Amino acid sequence: MSNENATTKGNVLQTGQQKKKGNSLLNLLASNTVPIMFIIICAVCIPISGFSPAYLINEILTRMGRNTFLILALLIPIMAGMGLNFGMTLGAMAAEIGLIFVSDWQIYGIPGMVLAMIISIPISMLLGLICGKILNAAKGREMVASYIISFFINGIYQLIVLYMMGSIIPIKHTTVKLPRGYGIRNTVSLLNMRQKLDDLLAINVKGVKIPVATFIVIGLLCLFIVWFRKTKLGQDMRAVGQDMEVARDAGIDVERTRIISILMSTVIAGFGMVIYLQNMGNLSTYSSHSQIGMFAIAALLVGGASVDKASIGNVFLGVTLFHLMFIVAPSAGAKITGDSMIGEYFRVFVSYAVITIALIMYETKKRREKSQMAELLAAEQEADA
Amino acid sequence: MEETKTKTFRDRIASFVESFGVPRLIIAGFLLALFIAAPFVGADLPTQISNTINRFCWNGILVLAMVPMVHSGCGLNFGLPLGIISGLLGATLSIELGFTGALSFFAAIVISTPFALILGAGYGWLLNKIKGGEMMIATYVGFSSVSFMCMMWLLLPYHSPNMVWGLSGKGLRTTISLEGYYNQALSGFLRIQIGNFSIPTGALLFFAFMAFCMWAFLHTKTGTAMTAVGSNPSFARAAGINVNKIRMLSVIMSTWLGAVGILVYEQGFGFIQLYMAPFYMALPAVSAILIGGASVNKATIMNVIIGTILFQGIVTMTPTVMNNVIHMDMSEVIRIIASQGMILYALTRKSEGGKS
Repeated sequence: MSNENATTKGNVLQTGQQKKKGNSLLNLLASNTVPIMFIIICAVCIPISGFSPAYLINEILTRMGRNTFLILALLIPIMAGMGLNFGMTLGAMAAEIGLIFVSDWQIYGIPGMVLAMIISIPISMLLGLICGKILNAAKGREMVASYIISFFINGIYQLIVLYMMGSIIPIKHTTVKLPRGYGIRNTVSLLNMRQKLDDLLAINVKGVKIPVATFIVIGLLCLFIVWFRKTKLGQDMRAVGQDMEVARDAGIDVERTRIISILMSTVIAGFGMVIYLQNMGNLSTYSSHSQIGMFAIAALLVGGASVDKASIGNVFLGVTLFHLMFIVAPSAGAKITGDSMIGEYFRVFVSYAVITIALIMYETKKRREKSQMAELLAAEQEADA
Repeated sequence: MEETKTKTFRDRIASFVESFGVPRLIIAGFLLALFIAAPFVGADLPTQISNTINRFCWNGILVLAMVPMVHSGCGLNFGLPLGIISGLLGATLSIELGFTGALSFFAAIVISTPFALILGAGYGWLLNKIKGGEMMIATYVGFSSVSFMCMMWLLLPYHSPNMVWGLSGKGLRTTISLEGYYNQALSGFLRIQIGNFSIPTGALLFFAFMAFCMWAFLHTKTGTAMTAVGSNPSFARAAGINVNKIRMLSVIMSTWLGAVGILVYEQGFGFIQLYMAPFYMALPAVSAILIGGASVNKATIMNVIIGTILFQGIVTMTPTVMNNVIHMDMSEVIRIIASQGMILYALTRKSEGGKS
């Protein structure tokens, strides 16, 4: 036990992840606690809320189309052993900058979306590069660092959008610009882009709208991720996620691989944000991105993912269960307590609680595995020293 | 380990930069420039300085609350909202029980103490279970507890007409005025007023007293043990120190100081802020102590004092000076970038603790 405290945090992280054969049944149970809890919450809340099944299915399909792409952005950094990427907010901000330009240039519909995505790519890449470099300097505490990065870049985003746009960066239309002559309005209307992707090829089955085109896009991303896992780079990332030292000995450029994983995640998050906002139909310039990371991460964890392991299946299960809770909780809360705010606060509480529990389970699991391997670890360290 | 060798070399460069403290210098220089510029742009310097001192008194103890946990190696206390919640419970219960005037302030401290002890003990127990991942989990413990209390503020049976919503007669308001309760309870005590320049003597004395207690504690046997646990846990264990107990104690102290800190903040500010208000309150305190020269595992009382003055100085000075110079209020943005940048800078430094 004393040896494990003596190691650096980064080192502990690797060795913890290295050994996880054996108690797989226990792991299976532990990693499914959260989904089971959520199924129970939903099972209790659905009858109380009194929504019709058609309404619920419709809402879930809409929200699935809206959020899945964003949540998929989290998978790649998890694969590279960098934990939950709270910095996906950076991609969201890049996308918002793209959308602001597109709505100022008055390019509507699908072309506008595509253009916004194209504009977001270089910004996302730059931000992802910065984020990756910082996270390389903060190995072992990537999550808390990426979480602070999102705040830091939010400050810079505000600096650019609130002060530079309109004064230094040309913005023409007063519908986008603040009346004082510079800065962007609190809300930018995306009405002419609203649900353009969702309505493309949409199928209506008994009042339930299925946004086929959005699902095709999401499906393509899933295929890309499956394919990417099999490429050389994907294999490298998994190796880095397993053990940085071993990966380095095998000739993998660990730092570069980690930066690429964050970079990809940021770019995907940017695309996801464009899809998200075309569904919402308006952009809250200063707040749309702030909660995105939290909700995406909570949804992924609800699907049974953990900090070091997540699959596409987790994403779909998570988005369904989490948003089911999100839809039914306010009205169930209002019916039980007579106060509509209770349900609102309840769902926020549950989102945070889920992340907390998942983080605690991850850390305790890591410690349990570590204490089992303590003796082996001590021997290894002696050999290393 | 080849890696450690390259790291020690990089450490040496890093420690050189750190002793130089580039971001700290920038921030201190920026504040100095603001003070120099203030009279030229027509800002009233005495008012500005007394505002800075005032805000220092409000926030000092919240920043001081960071010290015990940094010392015991638990890292920066991002879970400060938990302590703040204990303080808010104390504040609201003190009013509910009918205390008024300055007495309500001390009643609030007394009432919040058991909450802080219980919550702090639970929090400390949790942090002992997850050594190494404290900061991230602390953040989310803070968030979960704040959002949980949002429900509780609505549901708990408070009745005082000064606190509940007027129409429904239940559920606490988002902001509660402390007029008639402990508004300025400390700041008003022995206040020195010269023209526009005023010094809240009572609040300064209270902070000095708490800071002295903390300093004295760190020099007791338990305090030294705490520092030992933080700087080298395996050594501390070998010396017969109960590491978990010391860590637990540090977390409880930190939580209690958070509770007292928010009460001191409220007496200066004049309002109790409930619901989502405590959500991000840990971040200014964290960045203040880091600006003062602390790192993730080293913090002194001097760091607290310097950091709070610098941070609060920037918060008070930027709006007035910036407004007068370029007619844009960029203070909020500058505050975000400076404080978050400081936290990031500290997180990317290599931690000395935990290495043998």
